[in-house]
Formats: sequence, C-alpha cells, structure tokens
Amino acid sequence: MNRRHILAMVVGAALLVPGCTGTGGTSKGADAKAPDDPSKVTGTIKVLTVRTDLVQDGTMKKYAAEFNKTYPKVKVEFEALTNYESEVKIRMNTENYGDVLLIPAVIKKSDYPKFFASLGTRQERGKKYRFTDFTTVDGKVYGQTPVGVSPGFVYNKRVWKEAGVTDWPTTPAEFLDDLKAIKSKTDAIPYYTNFAAGWTLTSWTSVNGSVHCDAKATDKLAEGDPWAKDADLRVGDTLLYDTVKSGLIEKDPTTSNWEQSKPRTAKGEIATQWLGTWAIVQFQDAAKKAGVNPDDIGFMPFPSQVDGKFCAVIGPDYNQAVNVHSKHKDAARAWIDWFTDKSTYAQDNLAISPLKDAPLPAVMKPYEDAGVKFIEVDDGKGAQVKSIDNQSETGIYAPEYRQKLVDLARGARKGSLDDFFADLSERWTEAQKNSGS
Amino acid sequence: MADVTEKTAFRSGAGAAPAAPAPAPAPPRRRLRLRRGITPWLFLIAPLALLITFTYVPIANMAAYSLTDWDGVSPELNYTGVGNYTEIFTREDLFRVFFVSGYYLAASVVQIVAALYFATILSFNVRFRNFFKGVLFFPYLINGVAIGFVFLYFFQDGGTLDSVLSLFGYHSDHAWLGTPVSANTSLAGVSVWRYMGVNFVLFLGAIQSIPGELYEAAELDGANRWHQFRYIIAPGIKPVVTLTVILSISGSLSAFEIPYIMTGGATGTATFVIQTLNLAFRFNKTGLASAAAIVLLLIILLVTWVQRRLVPDDRVDLV
Repeated sequence: MNRRHILAMVVGAALLVPGCTGTGGTSKGADAKAPDDPSKVTGTIKVLTVRTDLVQDGTMKKYAAEFNKTYPKVKVEFEALTNYESEVKIRMNTENYGDVLLIPAVIKKSDYPKFFASLGTRQERGKKYRFTDFTTVDGKVYGQTPVGVSPGFVYNKRVWKEAGVTDWPTTPAEFLDDLKAIKSKTDAIPYYTNFAAGWTLTSWTSVNGSVHCDAKATDKLAEGDPWAKDADLRVGDTLLYDTVKSGLIEKDPTTSNWEQSKPRTAKGEIATQWLGTWAIVQFQDAAKKAGVNPDDIGFMPFPSQVDGKFCAVIGPDYNQAVNVHSKHKDAARAWIDWFTDKSTYAQDNLAISPLKDAPLPAVMKPYEDAGVKFIEVDDGKGAQVKSIDNQSETGIYAPEYRQKLVDLARGARKGSLDDFFADLSERWTEAQKNSGS
Repeated sequence: MADVTEKTAFRSGAGAAPAAPAPAPAPPRRRLRLRRGITPWLFLIAPLALLITFTYVPIANMAAYSLTDWDGVSPELNYTGVGNYTEIFTREDLFRVFFVSGYYLAASVVQIVAALYFATILSFNVRFRNFFKGVLFFPYLINGVAIGFVFLYFFQDGGTLDSVLSLFGYHSDHAWLGTPVSANTSLAGVSVWRYMGVNFVLFLGAIQSIPGELYEAAELDGANRWHQFRYIIAPGIKPVVTLTVILSISGSLSAFEIPYIMTGGATGTATFVIQTLNLAFRFNKTGLASAAAIVLLLIILLVTWVQRRLVPDDRVDLV
C-alpha cells in the first residue's frame, strides 16, 4: 500500500464523519403578527410563486403597486419558479427561502412551525377565512391560500350539445354513455387524458369527497381502504378505467400535449377533461387566442348525486406562508393579508375566494342554478394521508399510479382491474398499520 | 498524477543537492527540501479542493443519508442502520426495473457495432468523409433535453416517423410509445442515435493512430478490407473497444434523461435512476433513495471490475 492509498483512505474516512443536515430550529414557533399601522411597515420582501406567467407579463408587479398604496415603505420582489416543489424543497434546507412562499406539498404538517411563522389561531382566522384547517397545527394557522378551487370537468358545451347531451350526467354510467354519444356523433375526442403531463391524471384524486358528498372523506382515506367497493377513489378510478377501456380517449395518450390540449378543447376537437376551476380562465384565454367563443368552455361536477344533488368539493390552492427566518415578518404578513383580502387575484382568476362572505365567481353560475352543494372536506387527517401515501409508495398525489391504471385499461400492461385495486388496497392498509393509525 | 510530479520534484532536488557548496548550513537545505516537497501540493490545492467539495463530500453525505430515514427536508432524521439496504435487497420490485436496462444494453451493442462500422469506413479514403464525420457526431452536441422533446414529436401519432413511413407507402397506426416493448425500443433507439457519435469518434481516433504502412503492407500481401479490419484494426483498437463497452454497460444501467424527459417513466420505461428519483422526490424517502444510489454505484463498480478481470488491458503490439 503506497502513500496515495493511505491518503485516500484518510480523506475518505474524514468525509464520512460529517453529513447530517442542520436547519436552525431557533426561530421555531415565531409569530408573524399583522401590523397595526401600515405606514410604519418597512423592508424588502421576496415572494416565491409558481405563477411564472404572471411575473413575466407584469401582473404581479401591478398587484405590488396596488399593495404599495397601503404599505408605501414595503418593497415587494417576486421570484417565480418553474419547478417549484423540488427547488423550494432543496432551498428549505437553508434559511433563505424567501419571505413569503407557497407551502410545498412535501413539508410535513407537523413541521410547519419549524419552517413558517404563525398567522394566528384557528379560532380567530376560521371566522373570516375558509380552508384554515389545511394549515393548522396545534390550533395555530401557518398558511393562507389566496384562492379556493373545485375539481370538475372542463368541457366544450358546443360539442356536448352536438352530441345531443344537454343535462349533466348524474352517474358514471350516464357519463360514459354521453362520451360514447360524443364519439359517434361528433369528430371530437370525447375525453383527453393528458397522460404525458402526469399531474393532470393526479387530479383524479380530488374526486374524493364529491362522490358521496362526504366532508369527512379525507378521514376515510386515513382510516379506511380507498379502493374498497364503492369508496370514492375506486368510483373515480373505475370511471377513468372504463373511459379508457371503451376507447373514448385520444389515440396515443403517451404523446399527449397539455399546452395543445387547451386550444383544442376550445375549438371543440376535445370534448372533456377532468381538471379544476382554476383551468377555466386558461381555457377561455386559449379560446380567445384561437378566435373561438370563450363561452363554449363549460364546467361540470363529478357525475354522482346524493339526494338528487351534485356535490362539489372546494379546497385551497397553494397556501402562502411567512418564512420563520424572515427579517421582515410584519411586511410579509401584510402582503399575505392584503393579497388574500384586498387584491383582485381571486376574481382575476375566476376562482373561489377564500373569504367566507365573498360571492361565488360568475363561472360558477351554472352550479348555483343546478343547486350544486359545495362542501369543504375536513383536512384534519390530511397529514396522515400523505404519510401513508409516501410510506406505501402508492402515489395518490403522483402521476405513476394513474398512468399505470390507464396503461392497464388500454392493454399496455397486463392484469385485471380488480387485482390492480387489490394491490393498492393491500399496500395502503399495510402502511396504515405501520404508521400506527 | 501526484506521484509523477512528486518524483520529478524529488529527483531535481537530489540533483541539485551535490551541486551546492559543501559547507552549506543544514537549516536552509532542510527548508529548501521542505519547500520542494510542498510545491506540488500547492499546485494540487485547487483541483483537490474542487474534487473533494463536489465529488467526495456529496458522496460521503449520500452514504450518511442512506443510513437514515430522512425525508429530504425535515430537520429531524433517525439513524436506521442498514435498514434501507435490507429493504432494497428484499423488495424485488425495486430490482425489476433493471430489465429495462436490458433494452439499453441491447441498443449499445447495436451502437458499438454501427460506430465501429462507420469508423472503419470513414478511416479509409471516402468521398465527403469529413462531412459524414460531422453528420455522425452532430447528435451528441445537442442537449439531451432538446433531444427528448424533438423525439416526442418524432414518435407522436401522425408525427415525423409516421409521415416518413407513409412516404414509403407504409401507413402505420402504431403508438410508438404506447406499449412497454415498443416504448423501450423507441427510447433505446433515441439513445443509439444520440451516443453513437461519441463511440464513433473514439474509434476513429484509435484507428487513425494505427500506422498507415501496415495497411500498405497488408495490401501488398493481398489482404482485403475485411482482413485489414480483422487483423489490423480490431486488435489495434481493442483497448478503446473495451473502454467503450464498460462505458456502455454503466450507461445502460444508469439510463436516465431520455426516458425521463420523454415518458417520465410511464408505460414500463422507468429505469433504476428514475425509480430512485421517484423515491426521493415523490415519496420523500431520501434515505432509501440514497441507499439505492449507493447500490447502483456499487453495481457499476462491480461490473467494471469484473470486466477488467475478464478482458485484461494488455498492450497493443501490432508490429
């Protein structure tokens, strides 16, 4: 053994010693109090966002300018991240992750107090805002969403009418019949999976709650078997499977294209997609750009009724939070409050306002007419569901499992649907036991 | 590298010593020798610092994480010992993805043969040979992400491939990325397209280092092109071929960017690296993913070692 080898070993051994992370836990449990006097709040705050489009076209700057009318001494800077989740996750190992940020899905709820400053108690905020329990830890709220969203089918009204369907389908079977009618009577693709994008399939998890109009649907995921007979996710997944199996989707899902699917839906080449209210504004824009009528874009709830009424789940979009290490917590808090309460962000996005007393956006008019019941699913066990999901590697919040389901339905994967669900159930309930619930 | 510099420094130092006047005091000489000993290390500081910071520290960190249940962001992490490694070796579904590497392995055989063929042909006097060299090497210069996107359009329903085929009267109704076999074959095809240029350039360089007289002599002896390839070129470039094979195997085991960008691992195209990435970032099992990465590293080291044993790197001696 020569000198070089010894050196290499010494260096190697020395390197193995350090290794663990050290995020400072000193600021744990800090509060971001709402400032009393707007004119006294000072500082430059950095706001992290996923809305690259709004940062690029200057819309966010306009909001900031409006904000400065009330808070003249606060300078707001934006940083839009394309790959938000993974980039922020890595940055959160340091103390520099902006002053205001969107809470990434990966952060465990119980860790919120370590990363974010509290915005107040649940009791007090719950009076004014919706969805507060999604970010509540030990009675304190750590985030606030600027908009609420409801999952549903974005569809082209004209195409559906051409196929002779005027009423929303009320059961999965009826929905399939309608799609078949679209296939036989029009040139449109009845349902577009957007398989390649992945996240578009992930959103099928949000059928949870609307199938049985159950505000405690999340608890059932944590305690029960989501793929038991007649359980919400099984109903949704079966509908997706049947749609694919009956050949009611695009010819080659593996090369589907999300950006193209917007104008194609607007023009009536695609009839239906399962997305959320947030998508309406984007599809209408696509319609305007393509020179077709934006009013053709419709929105319908999941085909399931309880007591003759549809149910629509509403939930928060990304929650904004204050970095617990921020040097300008009051300014950051001021931004969040202003952005939620005073800005026109929710209206501009035709979204549901997180303020309890705000009216529904105009696009939801057909919902009101049809008497759709809105429910907020209780998120008390949300953290547990996520941990079971990770533990079991099922991925109800990841695309793989539904991509596999679609592959199964179109015969690119061997097996039966029942076995597929049985395997999911087994893994899920196994992880439930291990997580000690 | 270090050894060479050091030895040279030492030798020049030894040569200089007797030349120094005999009654020279001891301390300066010792200091001189010390300085001579240090000099090469001074030059090495920068590369060593970079190497350690960006290669060895991260690997050591990863090895440390692989013994924990860290989720990638939480400040809390528990030491779990070899638990992650036990999990990797007891869950066969984690190893099943290596079958996908088989496609890339098969593709690399095609790739090496094709590269060898083109390199041989273009090493002789062929019209437009420089042009063809450029054409063959060009794909490697394109960024992998761009290639992924280009080929997504290529394989699309009614995309480039379908249009080209229909020019020849073949109207395919085939979803190229639609089934696991077809998707993996297509993706492996893209990887051949991309990496053949590198192998080709390596082979070409090796072939051109073979002295030209050998061909002349062989021709005088009545050897045809095949004989020349069989008895001159093939043995002449054997070390480069061995190297290429090693690179191809490790590349096939760790195939990543083309399948990740084009299909995201859907439809049975997930490779071991994609799976590791999913473990780390989808399911937040950073500890387990680190262990998987270490396992992959060890497998590749092992394959390389076995291969070096089977095909010893003997000297090429043509003359």
